[in-house]
Amino acid sequence: MAGTGAGSSADDDVTVTLRLPSSPAHVRTARLIAAAMARRSGVGEEILDEVRLAVGEACSRAVRLHERQGLSVPVTVEFAEAGRFRVAVVDGAKVGTGDELSAVAGAGAPWADPSGDALGLALLGAVVQDLSVEESPAGGSRVTMSWPLG
Amino acid sequence: MDLTLNSRDEAGHTVLAVSGEVDVYTAPALRDRIADLLDSGQHQLVIDLGGVEFLDSTGLGVLVAGLNRAREVGGNLSLVCPQERVLKLFRITGLDEVFTVHPTVDEALASPSES
Repeated sequence: MAGTGAGSSADDDVTVTLRLPSSPAHVRTARLIAAAMARRSGVGEEILDEVRLAVGEACSRAVRLHERQGLSVPVTVEFAEAGRFRVAVVDGAKVGTGDELSAVAGAGAPWADPSGDALGLALLGAVVQDLSVEESPAGGSRVTMSWPLG
Repeated sequence: MDLTLNSRDEAGHTVLAVSGEVDVYTAPALRDRIADLLDSGQHQLVIDLGGVEFLDSTGLGVLVAGLNRAREVGGNLSLVCPQERVLKLFRITGLDEVFTVHPTVDEALASPSES
């Protein structure tokens, strides 16, 4: 399981919250805003690709989970600056969150999973050092990640 | 949709040039195009990712599925990718061991098909 050193950001650190319709088309919207927010917060240019990729993967995962479970709830993306640039992607799906990450860590080839989830998590885990996937208080899961500020 | 697909026949292969962003929204169009090419008997595919600005796990998954389908019909699917930022994704996921990746289309066309 990936480290959980960063923990959840306190609510008062949250600078921008996005509520996106759970649709593949809006994953790009989330990526664009994430890159703009990261740049504004002072994240280095060389890390922006990773931010874009990771936020996109986390949102794709949320959209896929919602689709699979027939849910029409939005995907929430929270941006915060608290020493680091922090992003949380929250979904409303019902999953065993911890198991998901450890399953990927222990699995063989991530591309063998036809759902695409394993590939997505493999990418997420590779570009985010402090990735964590937790159950959110509202019932879904909350994927958090952070990057150093410039 | 921010994805452009153009295919052409060259030296016994079909080169599919992909440009723009391949993600959860646009990847189905790439999947369908690869399926159409294979269905129409074009089994030696070279996917040119030279114009790709963004690729995510959905796009990688579509390429893996395309490779598997090409092999099932006795063909092959190889990749052209000159960009380090995209190549990195293949390395991270171990897919550099699954695909043959060439730096240029010419090299992909000159390479013997290994199906």
